[in-house]
Amino acid sequence: MMRRFRARYGAHPLHLLTMLASLALAGYAALKLVPANPLGIAVWFIGAAIAHDLLLLPLYSVVDSGLVHAWRRRGAPELPQAPWINYLRVPLALSAVLLLLYAPLILQFAGHRYAVTTSMSTDPYLEHWLLITAALFGLSALGYAVRLRRSRRQHARPSG
Amino acid sequence: MTDQQDHAPPTDAARPRSPRWVRWIGEHPPPGPTRRGFWRSPIRGPWLTAVFGLVLLIGITIVFVTGLLSYAAYNPDLGSNDLTPDKGLLGFYLFHWPTQPYWLYRFTQGVHVTLGLILVPVLLGKLWSVIPKLFDWPPVRSPAQFLERISLLLLVGGAVFEFVTGIVNIQYWYVFPASFYTVHLYGAWIFIAAFAAHVALKSRRMVTALRSRSFRDELHTDTAHTRPEPPDPDDLVSPNPAAPTISRRGALGLVGAGSLTVLLLTVGQSIGGALRPTALLAPRGQTLGHGPNDFQINKTAEEAAISTAETDGWQLELRGGGTSMTLTRDDLLAMPQHTAHLPIACVEGWSTRNQAWTGVQLRDLARLAGAPEPGSVLVESIQTGGLFRSATLRRNQVLDPDSLLALRVNDADLSLDHGYPARVIVPNNPGVHNTKWVGRLDFQA
Repeated sequence: MMRRFRARYGAHPLHLLTMLASLALAGYAALKLVPANPLGIAVWFIGAAIAHDLLLLPLYSVVDSGLVHAWRRRGAPELPQAPWINYLRVPLALSAVLLLLYAPLILQFAGHRYAVTTSMSTDPYLEHWLLITAALFGLSALGYAVRLRRSRRQHARPSG
Repeated sequence: MTDQQDHAPPTDAARPRSPRWVRWIGEHPPPGPTRRGFWRSPIRGPWLTAVFGLVLLIGITIVFVTGLLSYAAYNPDLGSNDLTPDKGLLGFYLFHWPTQPYWLYRFTQGVHVTLGLILVPVLLGKLWSVIPKLFDWPPVRSPAQFLERISLLLLVGGAVFEFVTGIVNIQYWYVFPASFYTVHLYGAWIFIAAFAAHVALKSRRMVTALRSRSFRDELHTDTAHTRPEPPDPDDLVSPNPAAPTISRRGALGLVGAGSLTVLLLTVGQSIGGALRPTALLAPRGQTLGHGPNDFQINKTAEEAAISTAETDGWQLELRGGGTSMTLTRDDLLAMPQHTAHLPIACVEGWSTRNQAWTGVQLRDLARLAGAPEPGSVLVESIQTGGLFRSATLRRNQVLDPDSLLALRVNDADLSLDHGYPARVIVPNNPGVHNTKWVGRLDFQA
């Protein structure tokens, strides 16, 4: 009996109960959410998944594999050279995440409303983001320089 | 249960019944991401996914609970406070919001917003780590898998929906498909329904994966010594791994550095004081000045369409116990004055340090209105529009000795932006319920 159920359904009955409980609760909330703007909500919900899975993720993956490609084309890193790819990747990723989170302020999507509501201006945000980006790349360069120096020293020393 | 259900047998058992062409399609994924060899990262695997999963399990639970508390803080059962009145059973947990500790809402809402922001890098890492599952081939293998994929759409769509609506709301970019309160509250329940099921189905797998490797050893493994995890039943591990360019330690470090950077550039807007300017990218990281009224303004007088034309000749109307009376600002100043040190704490997560508010205790005004033991008070602003032109406060909020109709702040008259001629300030109250430019107090039994 159990075996037949699992063969047809594809999982343990507990899986089915969990799914049904979850989907029913989601449905209950959806009945309250959707009437507010059926098309808009659907576009937002499904759009949210698409925007991440089919736009953002492929976009940063392509950028990253481009970097890795360029890095590999320069040949395997020879000592005393340290692999530099992550000294580029890390500040780039951090700067991108900050832009992603604070794009409405940095790119002034709602500058007027912000100003009227808070009595402040969105003007500083782009400047701040650029300075922070500069600091991130600067720190990374510093880290890379230290790393290079250390590996060069290690290389110079006879191993033992 | 999950171990059994996630292994191949169910589909294999079902397979003999499916037509040959269905089987053929299942065995021949089209070129591209549906082919397992397409995904080549050598660090993708159950252990890495489980680490991100554990952080999100704890973090999202805290964000959800603090979100529920924020709804309770609005006392939605009173008057027209409720911005989502058709909540039905989703309001099952609501309770009378206390006035003490006075900093509670400042803390919980600061955590809600700040933690939500710093979880974004973790969420991105988690979604990256499981992306091959989106392109599972064949797309539908069994009824179980079909249901689970619908649930995962709600999980991923819901997560991105909740994070994005919250993040754009605190930056005043109101692009939601409906009221922020509607989309963020009901969206949260859709998301959490899928989240809870995901936790139920995957927690054992998470624990198994976490135990499969030593965290300490991973922290001591550099890129050169990074090897893929052994093949896993979920097919996260690449069958065709590229040479590593970053270690698992490096990937965790990258995500951690992302979260730390966001934290450092945000938290100052909730701590305030000298740390406020460190919130270089947060909406409330700017300092207004050093005068008595130069702390963050929730909504300016300009936004509320209040000018001195509206406040000239201002009088407070006091109702309760069937009577009505009016008081001028001088009348109020002649009453016993009380000073309370309280913050402004906004639903957007920012807050100020304690300000010294001076004015008349609400309980004194209740007594004067002939309603010394009111059940609630309806506070109305003289502003003519706006979602929060009025708010209803509960008895405990009226009777708290630190609940004031404030006339002055930090030894100066209130500025117009902070609610001159008079505003409400109640301990542990969300910012928007501390009504500014108060025109009428209606004490109700």
